[in-house]
Formats: sequence, structure tokens, C-alpha cells
Amino acid sequence: MNDTQKIDTDAINVILATDCGSTTTKAIMIEKVDGVYRQTWRGEAPTTVEEPFANVTVGVLNALTEIQEVSGRRLIDDAGEIIRPATETEGCDIYISTSSAGGGLQMMVAGVVREMTAASAKRAALGAGAIVMDTIAANDKRRPHEQIQRIRELRPDMVLISGGTDGGDTKKVTEISEMIAPAKPRPRFGKSYELPIIFAGNDKARPEIERVFSDGGFDLKITDNLRPSLEQENLGPARDMIHDVFLEHVMAHAPGYDTLMSITDAPIMPTPGAVGDILQTIAKGRGINAVGVDIGGATTDVFSVFDGTFNRTVSANLGMSYSISNVCAEATMPTILRWVHLDMDEHELRNRVKNKMIRPTTIPQSMEALVFEQAVAREALRLAYIQHKAFATTLKGVQQQRTVGDTFTQQSGGETIVNNMKLDLLVASGGVLSHAPRMHQTAMLMIDAFEPEGITELAKDSIFMMPHLGVLASVHPKAAMEVFERDCLVYLGTCVAAKGTGKEGKNCFSWSLDGGSRGSGDIAFGQIEMVELGPDETAEIEVRPARGFDVGAGPGKPVTKTIRGGTVGLILDGRGRALALPEERAECREAVTRTIDAVGLYPDLEGSAV
Amino acid sequence: MAKAYTPGLKVSSRTTHLAHRILPIAGEVKASLGDVVDAETVVAETFMDGDITPLNVANLIAAQPGYLPELMLKKEGERVEKDEPIARSKGMFGMFKTECKAPASGVLEAISKATGQIMIRGESIPVQVKAYLPGRVVEVLPDEGVVIENEVALIQGIFGVGGETSGPLVMACTSHDQGLDADAITDSMAGQIVVGGARMTAAAIRKAQKVGVAAIVSGGIDDSDLKAILGYDLGVAITGSEKIGLTLIVTEGFGEISMARRTYELLTSNAGRTASVNGATQIRAGVMRPEILIPLASDARDVDSAQSSTDSGVLAIGTPIRVIRDPYFGAIGTVSALPEAPQVLGSGSKSRVLDVSLESGEVVTVPRANVELIEA
Repeated sequence: MNDTQKIDTDAINVILATDCGSTTTKAIMIEKVDGVYRQTWRGEAPTTVEEPFANVTVGVLNALTEIQEVSGRRLIDDAGEIIRPATETEGCDIYISTSSAGGGLQMMVAGVVREMTAASAKRAALGAGAIVMDTIAANDKRRPHEQIQRIRELRPDMVLISGGTDGGDTKKVTEISEMIAPAKPRPRFGKSYELPIIFAGNDKARPEIERVFSDGGFDLKITDNLRPSLEQENLGPARDMIHDVFLEHVMAHAPGYDTLMSITDAPIMPTPGAVGDILQTIAKGRGINAVGVDIGGATTDVFSVFDGTFNRTVSANLGMSYSISNVCAEATMPTILRWVHLDMDEHELRNRVKNKMIRPTTIPQSMEALVFEQAVAREALRLAYIQHKAFATTLKGVQQQRTVGDTFTQQSGGETIVNNMKLDLLVASGGVLSHAPRMHQTAMLMIDAFEPEGITELAKDSIFMMPHLGVLASVHPKAAMEVFERDCLVYLGTCVAAKGTGKEGKNCFSWSLDGGSRGSGDIAFGQIEMVELGPDETAEIEVRPARGFDVGAGPGKPVTKTIRGGTVGLILDGRGRALALPEERAECREAVTRTIDAVGLYPDLEGSAV
Repeated sequence: MAKAYTPGLKVSSRTTHLAHRILPIAGEVKASLGDVVDAETVVAETFMDGDITPLNVANLIAAQPGYLPELMLKKEGERVEKDEPIARSKGMFGMFKTECKAPASGVLEAISKATGQIMIRGESIPVQVKAYLPGRVVEVLPDEGVVIENEVALIQGIFGVGGETSGPLVMACTSHDQGLDADAITDSMAGQIVVGGARMTAAAIRKAQKVGVAAIVSGGIDDSDLKAILGYDLGVAITGSEKIGLTLIVTEGFGEISMARRTYELLTSNAGRTASVNGATQIRAGVMRPEILIPLASDARDVDSAQSSTDSGVLAIGTPIRVIRDPYFGAIGTVSALPEAPQVLGSGSKSRVLDVSLESGEVVTVPRANVELIEA
């Protein structure tokens, strides 16, 4: 890796960035155009981590070659190296990359108390972009031999151990370590790989931990306690250490990564970690709360930033191809079918779901297949968000000062910090959302699954550029912000939804745009309406909720806000929150059909369709 | 001629197959280069560390962890038997001593002065790797395993459950589109690999379990039947470790679906031969499909010379394919056109497509992503 300290950000005109995914390596080129950074070209090629190439750099160079061909700018020299620095006609100034190839970063975490130090350790690992294979805690309801058996079955890239507050009791965290050491978890990369153990627990326990892992086969790293006191969570040092170990050990053992690391101008980041970083940068820069989701074939990642606190969850086995059958099993078929307005045979659907699972690369050919697939996606997203809300909480175990007034609302910490009413921006990415034939479908998938309340902007990641911008933010935040705003996000529009419930047909809220000069009206409970507001337009909206409904200022209180348009426009959602569809199938179909017609989700296609 | 790459499942009447038989951890290789092995021959062996049983002895005998080593009746490295006393407290004035017994047999691996915890390591667990594929050892990987080679007829299934097994192939149906019902399973099929035509029913599988059939291979299976047999709804297609008494392999997919005629005919032509099958399926990066390997006698080479083959992974006019998504799921035919320009599908998406001449004579247009090659 080149020294990032030497980078003069003002002198950067051309940036190349790649994201090495499990199947595809995606490259983008960013150029300074009229003093502003813009994403100009992109290319992709199959990832080459596995045989017969077994060298990730081959796929990277192929993807960059594609950019070279379409842009006409020479990027690779005759020796197969990236040309640097940029001139008028060739090369780039910096090259950066993220990676999730080969299954990404897989970790096991351990802590003393599941809801406290183990939860903090899990947050640190997830925030760093890892897949958490399991969380071991003294009170995880498994008996010690069951825990040891589980540790033996896993093949993590590294283990993060926490436990105890600084200066506190050392016994429990030592006990956990004493179970992990003899279990000898086998790393993925074979017997020559010394399994990295990161200890981020009670500082007083360090000598004991060193003793426990002194018996070879481990590479122990010690960093600051991630829970120095019950009231404080300090995830930064553990996250940094995870990144260091990821580069030193995991990447170094993946085929071709030694070369890749030597040619990047910033440390390679795990893909989800980079996505989290850019979302945080944006939330901080604009002073907003944001939620991002990336739904893939196997897993769904949810990222949130509320009041500056970042959380990420990975819902393993909630995905649209490899895991589609699991989504149906967890959500149940009747729950999925409530989003479907067409007649479908449940038995046949079950077989279709299994066929998608075993042939994950197929795409819906008929409208009926698309409607069903998007119904499954709503449930996958909804379940992933429920898991995220349960995980993104205030710290548990914190002593709180209470007044007499709190007597009847006692909470011991651990409440979710995800608040849909405070949510400003909801960002969608992942195949089923990005490649939906109509942007309206993407918007409604997000609204139905996440149920935003009040006034919320909706956007999608145009070409899954967030990983590239996440790593770019670490070396050139200004360029990352500019490209994010101008090229990365496709703004779908704004959703206005009132919290509360009422009688079908009764007034839910009234609205007016720019004092009524650009439209106004009433939305009845159960109704949804679209108002055109183009991608480059903004308008001031006044929303006056009916009694019992809330759009952000409290029940019945009006809200005025400047909103942004988009490819879909303004969506006025009077279906209430929490969103409840009728339980009776015929009524439910009727309600869903009304929504589909109002939004124009599945318009009849011309006769040319196959 | 327009060509495009698409994956497919292999159905080959003769191919040279290499089976990599590797230990999960380093061990001893029992076979030598050039050895001829059969399916049951143990080719490599190792011992994994035994299970660990932790026990906080200091707590049990109410002692300070720091004093535990001197209260232990056994020292680190010594063998202990289950229920054998391993520690004793000093008691008061030499009385009221508390004793702690070993919860498991094994070697006392560690005594912690910090926590008062001990670790007993159980017996080493033997791990054996069998040859699985009869053939000749063509490579020995020191401390790891061997590579076995043989000429085989190879059929990849699309999905399976259960692990490796072997036995003679027996046909239970009379055509590729006949469903496999319970009445087709007979007592004489014990230990054999039963080949059906279309969907295998839950009743047929239950009968096969009762009879002791080694494996069933058929065109399809219904989702509800699979759930009934496994006892749970399969969420992700990572299989191979199920303990249901036999191995199941489907060649086409879920639902009422017939086995591809070519696959059925290849299996029929090999009826009576001993096959090695594995139901393990892993549909993730590094995809693994179930397989049926039929080692061939030397006289089979002539049969093969008449077989045609296609360039692996390349779609071209005339290439035999299978449609793998509704509304034409399971239909088999040949590519009749490969238009360059993407077309709008019924779903509203734009995608590259191809025309398929189905066995029925009908020509349909489907997305290229929704077909797979039937590879020779």
C-alpha cells in the first residue's frame, strides 16, 4: 500500500476504485469535471479469487481494462500495472479498493454477559464489516461443553474477546478465554494460519489472557476495552484492530491480495465496513438520521445512523436467492401473500421458491413472478429491519437516575434507538431493489417494509457505488461527498406518512405544496396518493394531521418542511402506522390492489413483452 | 454464430473423473500411488483432538482458585476416569472435606489458578476418509489424502440430501416421466441405488427407508414431501449431513417434473452397475452439486465414441438446454435463436433472451438467465 500521508487531495483529478465482491469485481472512475468530482465511467469483470485464476488482481485489472476501453483513457501499462499519476490522457492519481470476496470477513465474538460486553463486541465486529458467525457469552444459555463444541465447528478468520469493565473482576473473562483456547477453532485458511485473537476486555485481565493463549497456534492482539465502564462503549480501537488484522492476516492469505494491497493508495476495507463509513459521513455532513439497506442473494445488511450513533446488522439467511426459502419459512407464506393481489397457488409457489433457491441466478420472466418475488422481498426487508431495531439499542446495564415520574415506565436500558419518525433518509441497494423494472416498485418495497413515519426522503444506490465511496471517504472525504450527492444516489422522492390508526375513509391528513400553489388535498385513512415532483425539484410541504395522527410534531400538530422530489415523486401514504393490512384475504387483496393502482406499480405492458 | 456463456449440469456417458479425498486436518495417508482401491477402502486417517469438558473445581470444593493446584489429586497431563475423585478440599481440622469427581474420562489438560477451572480432554476422535470412487490412486498428497482417477459415467443432480454411499443401480420406473411411488419400491432393493422417473413421493421415500435402500435418484421432489421427510423446512441449500437413512438426489428440481430423457437413458444403460453417489449440495460461492458416478468397465469406451459433445459453458444455436424458471420450468429443447438486443419481459425488466425449440415443437422466448446447458 502506498503511503496515504503523502496524498495531496487538491492535486487529485482522476480516481479509480474497485469493489471485489464474491462474484463480480466492480470498478468506477471518478474525475474532476469543472472543479467538481463526478463518477464518469464504470466497468466490471468476474472476481478471480477461485481457481483457475486464484488471484484477485486479475479480475481487478479486467474490470479496469473495461473502463479503459469505454473511456478511451489508458489506465494499464504494458507491464500490467496501473498508470500513476494521471496525465491529460492516461492513468489515475489514486487507486483504492474494498473487498468481500471469498465470503468476506468471518468472525466469532465472545463476551461475559450476552446483553452487555458480548453485545458490544458484536457491534464492534459488525461495524467493522464482519459476518458474526456466533456470539459466545457466559449466560448464553448453552452449557460449557456445548459452547466448546460450537467453537470447534466454526472456522473464523479471527476471534474478538471482550468482558469485564476496566479494573473489575477478571475471573469470568479469563474463564471464557480458557474455553476458547483448548477448543482450538480451526481457521479457514489452513493449519499454517495462526488464528488472530483480539482481546478488548478488562485491562486488568491482560496478563491472564496472555497466559491462556501462550500455547501456540494463536496470534494474540490486545487493544483498549470496548466497554471500559458500564456507561461507556468504546468501539473505535477494537474496530481499528479488526481492520488491521483483516489486512495483515485475512487479506494476506487470500489469493492475490498481497499484490492488491501493494497497489492501493489506502488500506483495503471490507465492503460492508466501507458502506457503513459513507453512510456515517453523509449523516454527519447533512446532520440527518439515515438508514441504508443492501439486500443480496444470501444476506441482508441494514445500516443506521441515529443521532450520530452508527449500527449495522447482517441478517444471515434473509436474501432473495440462496436464502429465499428461508425467508418464506421465517415469514410464512400467508404473510408473504398478503402483498400479492393476484390469484396464486400456494403449493406451486412453494416449489417455485425451492427452485429459485437451487438455481439462484434466474430472473422473473412474467409479471406474476415479479409480483411474488417483490412480496418476498418486502418480508425479507421487514424481518431484517426488525432484527436491526432489536440490535440497535441503548447500552444495557447502565444505571439511570430516575424520578418519581419514571416509576411506571421503568426501563433498564436496551431500548431501540431506531426511530422511524426521526428518520430523514432511507437508502436502498441490492438486486431486487436496484433492478426493479420501475422505480415506483423500489419505493413501495421500502415503504411497506420499513414503514417510515412523518416525512422521509427515499433514494437508491444507482450502481452500488457506496463501498467505493466509503473507502474514498477515508482519503478524500470531499470527493466522496460530491460523488455521493451527484452520482451515487438516485432520489426516488419523499414519503409522507402519518403515525396512528383510524377508520377507513376518514381524514388522515391534509397537505399543501408551496402554500397550495403547487397542489393541496386531503388523504383519507387507507388511501395512498402520488404527486409529481421531479428529480431536481424541491418544494415546501405543509402537512396537517387529523386528530390522533402524528407526522413528527405530535398528534394533530402540523409540520412544514422543504422536501426533495425524485423519479417517483411525492408519496402521500394514509395507510397509517403501524401499517396493518386486513387479515381477511379478500379484503386484503382489495386493499393491496387499491395501493397498486394508486401508485401505478404494475402497469399493463405493451404487446411486445415476452 | 452468436454464442454466450451459461452454466449447466454435466450428464456424461464417459469422462475421466478425479476424486480428491482429503482429511479435514493433517493425518496419515494409507494408500500409495498406483493402488487400486474400491469404494470402501480407507485411504487416509487421522485423529482429532477429543472433546473438552470444563469444570470449575474451585467453586465445587469452595476453595480459592490460587490454591487449587495443591488440592488436586491429579496433575496436569495425568489420565482421569469418569467419577474418579480429582480434587479434595482441606476441610476444617481435617474433617468435612469436600471431594470433586471427574465429569468425564480423559486427560487432565489444564488447571487454572486464575479461575479455578480445569479442562479434561476426552479420547481422540478417529476420522477416516474412504475412497468413495473405485479406481486408481494417481496422486498422493502427503499428510492430506489422495486423488483417485477412474473412467465414469457422470450425472450431476440439481439438489440432494444425505451424504456419500454406493450400490448397484436399479430401475424402478419404466419411463423418464413416470413418478416414483411406494409400490415401485421392493424388498430386493435393499442396499441399492433406486432410479425413478419423475417426482419421488414421500411414501416412496418412507418405503425405501424401511427397506434399506442406499439412495434414490429421480427427476423431482415436492417441497411438502421434502419437509415431511426432513422434519423441517429447508431454508438454504447446504446439505449432505442429513441423517435420514438414505441419500436423495433430484436431477431437475422441485415439483411434478420428469427426468431429462437423456439422463434417464444413461442411467438405464448402466443399470446393474455399482455407482457412487453423494447428495451433498452447496449453492454458494464454490457451488457443489450432488453427483452420481458410475465406474465403467473397459469395454464401455466404444459406447462413448458415438456421443456428441458441446463446448463447455457455451450457448449456441442447436445447444440442448433446460428452462429453469416458470412459466416454462422444466421444459427441454434446443436453442433456435440468440437475438443480440435485450427485450422487455412480461415482468417489465429488460433482459437478453433466446428462443428455444421445445421437445413439443413449440418455440418460446426466455431470458438467457433462465436456461441451463445440458452438458455432455
